[in-house]
Amino acid sequence: MLKRPHYIALGLIVVLTLIISNLSDRTTARLKAGIGSLFLPLFGLASSGRQVAGRAEDTFMSKGELLRENESLRHENQQLRVQAARAEEIERENARLRQLFGWQQQTRSKLKLAKVIARDPANWWRTVQIDLGRRDGLRENMPVLSADGFLAGRLSLVSLTRSQVVLLGDPNCKVPALVQNDARDNGIIGASGPLDSTFVDMEYLSANANLKPGQNVVTSGYSAIYPKDLRIGKIVDVRPVEYGLSMAARVRLGANLNALDEVWVMVEP
Amino acid sequence: MNWINTILILAAAFLAVFWEAAFNGVRHLLGAQIDLLPPLMVYASLSADLVVVALLAALGGLWFDSLSANPLGVSVPPLFLVGLVIHSNRELILREQTFAQFVLGFGASAAAPLLTELLLLTTRHVPLFGWGTLWQWIVLSVGGAIATPVCFELFGWLQRALVHNRASQSSFRPDREIRRGRS
Repeated sequence: MLKRPHYIALGLIVVLTLIISNLSDRTTARLKAGIGSLFLPLFGLASSGRQVAGRAEDTFMSKGELLRENESLRHENQQLRVQAARAEEIERENARLRQLFGWQQQTRSKLKLAKVIARDPANWWRTVQIDLGRRDGLRENMPVLSADGFLAGRLSLVSLTRSQVVLLGDPNCKVPALVQNDARDNGIIGASGPLDSTFVDMEYLSANANLKPGQNVVTSGYSAIYPKDLRIGKIVDVRPVEYGLSMAARVRLGANLNALDEVWVMVEP
Repeated sequence: MNWINTILILAAAFLAVFWEAAFNGVRHLLGAQIDLLPPLMVYASLSADLVVVALLAALGGLWFDSLSANPLGVSVPPLFLVGLVIHSNRELILREQTFAQFVLGFGASAAAPLLTELLLLTTRHVPLFGWGTLWQWIVLSVGGAIATPVCFELFGWLQRALVHNRASQSSFRPDREIRRGRS
């Protein structure tokens, strides 16, 4: 049975919620950033703890294992040098051809590496927090890539020292994409299931789209947020939707969103 | 109001929200992150007064929302409602029984996310939703149910360690003593 103090407390909570929900978006974002910054010392501690644990693990690695790893890294380094030299040559050729046809020169994207410090505690969103913010030159809606260069999401909220990244598969992260086939079929990367973050749905594909499993999906560039040709993933399967009026494809994401430790923020596309 | 108990409850809520955001072992293993605020609310509503329940709902909810994509303040009313229902019926609840704690934890952990999602949907936000949500809800409820008796045990231990018991008053009164024999 509710008594008078219960009604008073309930009234106060309702008033508090109404006040907060009626604040402007900017004020709410600032308030959220301010409250969230209380956790920064703890995130710092957790990050340092992980680093110490990592170093301790390195200390106990056997010499044989280290030598093997060193050898494999040296091998990989040589391969990458050859690839980089070829890529440089191709880039020069590309620039020459662009000049010849009078096309605009492509600029190199400016990227910033950020560490993932937290995940969304609520199960119904797919967001992470990173350790860079406005003071590092970050702004809302900048694209975010995984460590291996696949699109992971975009910045949705930027405070002074940290930012929130809304990941692919979240209902608030829609990406215009195209399939790298002859017809270059267009669609929208939408939400995924709540449990599996490996796959997302590509919707609004043409009913005549010639899609096959294994075809690459990249950003189409028809958006003010995502530049063209950022790798997203590969087609897994296709099904007709809306009584055959359009097609939807399941796309396996290139970025492993469950194991994002570090991400690249595209400061300049 | 027992200030040490209040501070302990609020500190636990702060650490619980931090744990939920920073450590993802349970999420990787079971596909859902367990929410520790409803078990804490069960403990607070059975062992503290209404001010602490309201404080826990307000601060815990705001801390949770600040690290989430939730609109700020959306977690506050569901947490408070759970606490209010338990607090208003606390005389009828066998709070010392582990089974009662388990059942209350289950109910609170099932109700809080459900109410939050309903609130999100009514405020025109579209959270991730599908058959997997049912599994996540079961994980949240069972996880919260297991966490509640643990919470009671932990706070009992902290109370014994930090708060000294009140000296019990003796019922002896010299003026009421029956004197035997002749004086």
